[in-house]
Amino acid sequence: MSRIKTFNLPDLGEGLTEGEILAWLVKVGDTIELNQPIVEVETAKAAVEIPAKWAGQVQAIHHPEGTTVEVGTPIIAIDTDPGAGPLDAPSTTATPSGDLPTPSAASLAAVQVAPAEGMVEPGLIGGAAPGGRTAVLVGYGPRTTAAKRRPRKGAVPAQAVAAPAPAAPTPPPVVAPAQNGRAAAATGGVLAKPPVRKLAKDLGVDLGTLTGSGPLGSITREDVQQAASGASVVVAEPIAATTAPSFGADREQRIPVKGVRKLTAENMSRSAFTAPHVTEFLTVDVTRAMKALDRLRGRREWRDVRVSPLLLVAKAVLLAVQRHPMVNSTWAGDEIVVKEYVNLGIAAATERGLIVPNVKDAGRLSLRELADALTDLVQTAKSGRTSPAAMSGGTLTITNVGVFGVDTGTPILPPGESAILAFGAVREMPWVHKGKVKVRQVTTLGLSFDHRIIDGELGSKFLRDVGDFLTDPEAALLAWT
Amino acid sequence: MAKGDPGGTTRSRRAAPRSKKGAAGDPALVQLLTPEGERIDSATGPDGTEYRVDFTDEEYRGLYRDLVLVRKLDAEATALQRQGELGLWASLLGQEAAQVGSGRALRTQDMAFPTYREHGVLYCRGIDPIMPLGLFRGVDQGGWDPNEFKFNMYTIVIGAQTLHATGYAMGITIDGKTGTDDGEAAIAYFGDGATSQGDVNEAFVWASVFNAPLVFFCQNNQYAISEPLERQTRVPLYQRAAGFGFPGVRVDGNDVLATYAVTRTALDNARLGQGPSLIEAYTYRMGAHTTSDDPTRYRIASEVEAWQAKDPIARVKAFLEKQQIADAGFFAEVDEQARRESVHLRERVLEMPDPEPVTMFDHVYPNGSPLLDEQRAKFSRYMESFEGSAH
Repeated sequence: MSRIKTFNLPDLGEGLTEGEILAWLVKVGDTIELNQPIVEVETAKAAVEIPAKWAGQVQAIHHPEGTTVEVGTPIIAIDTDPGAGPLDAPSTTATPSGDLPTPSAASLAAVQVAPAEGMVEPGLIGGAAPGGRTAVLVGYGPRTTAAKRRPRKGAVPAQAVAAPAPAAPTPPPVVAPAQNGRAAAATGGVLAKPPVRKLAKDLGVDLGTLTGSGPLGSITREDVQQAASGASVVVAEPIAATTAPSFGADREQRIPVKGVRKLTAENMSRSAFTAPHVTEFLTVDVTRAMKALDRLRGRREWRDVRVSPLLLVAKAVLLAVQRHPMVNSTWAGDEIVVKEYVNLGIAAATERGLIVPNVKDAGRLSLRELADALTDLVQTAKSGRTSPAAMSGGTLTITNVGVFGVDTGTPILPPGESAILAFGAVREMPWVHKGKVKVRQVTTLGLSFDHRIIDGELGSKFLRDVGDFLTDPEAALLAWT
Repeated sequence: MAKGDPGGTTRSRRAAPRSKKGAAGDPALVQLLTPEGERIDSATGPDGTEYRVDFTDEEYRGLYRDLVLVRKLDAEATALQRQGELGLWASLLGQEAAQVGSGRALRTQDMAFPTYREHGVLYCRGIDPIMPLGLFRGVDQGGWDPNEFKFNMYTIVIGAQTLHATGYAMGITIDGKTGTDDGEAAIAYFGDGATSQGDVNEAFVWASVFNAPLVFFCQNNQYAISEPLERQTRVPLYQRAAGFGFPGVRVDGNDVLATYAVTRTALDNARLGQGPSLIEAYTYRMGAHTTSDDPTRYRIASEVEAWQAKDPIARVKAFLEKQQIADAGFFAEVDEQARRESVHLRERVLEMPDPEPVTMFDHVYPNGSPLLDEQRAKFSRYMESFEGSAH
């Protein structure tokens, strides 16, 4: 029996075909015990930890975090007898979040001699592409019944499904067509009334390509007509377009809506169609505030702290909430829940998409604690380790669209919150300062609020206070606290 | 769910005062061992029945051993599913006391009708714990002989087994096997969600009017997959029994002693010919509904933590330590036995052979059937049409 055992991604639910590798809990070279959690995988049903099937030493990790892997694909190789001496060649080195690993000849050989028990028949695994891309299943996968079935006696062997695996591994062409197929199949799950479906069919519009504007994201007659007339239609696209789109022969790419994208879509549609939004804008001169930040950075005790304009905006919002507590509330049907605590959400663009973690009870934090909390929150989000708990219970949110170089926006409320502030880019602009046109640092704030709770007067006062603080933070602190 | 549960602020506004949840301080809850491991001499049920247990030190240690083993084997099965060796697993984590307490209260002649989660009762019935793993691995139908072990096959259809149990119990009466101290009884296991099923309510009616020697044992683990209890009922579940004309009692399902006492009394009443009763074992499913489920999507961490403090095993351990019934050596020995048995279980699961496809025609009829024989022959010919066929 071979020392090296390869673990293939199992079907973690019932009938699942793929899973996304969220986090590796071990790295190459680690010694692991039987049933020790090794990887966190998210499927369409749940995010789960997979326990190690064998004790030993991690020999190779075949897919980096963030990869969606088909069921049956090798994900990790474990040396079950590391004490027996070195292998013939050095093992694959792969950093959990780095580029795709390049399996060495040794780990490839290992993959081929020791397929995981019970899951795959020997010889099915193609191993790595010559270009060193990744180890994939070639030709036919273990999860389809067709792959396991023996050829019929006297059957023509040229059947595509039963074609023998090529001797040389080939690059993974499987992914894009599979996604296309799934998106097409998912069209049946699109929300649209029968007459709208009929209309789409008559006009030759694929409902699966539309984003519905009706209740619950359903596709309306207007959506279909708009699509048919060639007007631009908003198609959901992943924020993280880090990989180049792979277009098929029809020069279109179908991206399955799932994970964070799906959640974002659901939340935004729900919020947009239940909470009547109002958005107000305020452009303010933040020159003094930027100077105050510089002075803060210059102080010895703040030397190691990351001080960003977002910190001041957060402080401004927290102080303004104290003056207008109704802004920090939830519409709960027949009552309004006003919260004394502020769980301050910060919208963050990550590789997995938009997430909104929040700083719990931010109103109780000192400026220094707030700075640390914001830094921690952003770093955690960027590394993709934000926990579900950190993303729940937000009461008021800041979206820092300025980092993308835009001036402002009309943000949509996170469900359950009544106000969200967009913080635009800080630009040098001509500005009337003390009666003269001067070059000043200026930014635009955009506040969306739920008009069921917050009237124009309250919303305006709140935004004005945030603006006042950002115009002259020292004076505001003296006046308000 | 105490105050401070954000989910409860909007949901429970209309709840009647009597349906207030929360085990602690509920006068109707029969408890003989507190979460802190304090023994309570006796507890009184809602109808005045006095419940107590009198175990020897050896028996106390035996119950602890059962609880630990059942939990460990269950954890191993969950791990095996995550490793692709089982198609599915329904974990009993958190419900060990409800299952061991009731399972140990059964007498040899009593017949049990489980759901698909009663691995602990199965263990108490003396069935090899490998048996349900064959079912969840998809290589057999479960494999134990229900008549030999007096433990029916796992029933996946929610609540269906309560009707099977009612029919069986009515048969006990017709056979004249009730009315003595050594009579027979049946027990039907089901969950809180099943109480919303028509089958369960029909079973209540039939068992009641035919005075069937049956114990309805409801493990109220608070969730019907993702639906919380307040979506199942506006009154405590044990009070439903009154409407059907038989007694109901709520027991601390995380208390193995109280569960044992209440189940034993209910079974004895049944075997004496006093008819059915309902036990609501108030407990909590600490894990997912099955391995396909993600409970973090519908329940909050603080609720799970609150129940963690009521762990069924920790309280027995605390009691054994305080009373000096067991020492560190005993606990280590039990842990070692659990580890050994779980490793053994794993080895045997991995060795389970895949069944030949043609075996699906076996065990359909005891004496075969011409139609089935024809289908079997046709299917065999089809299988033989493949290359390398061994048929």
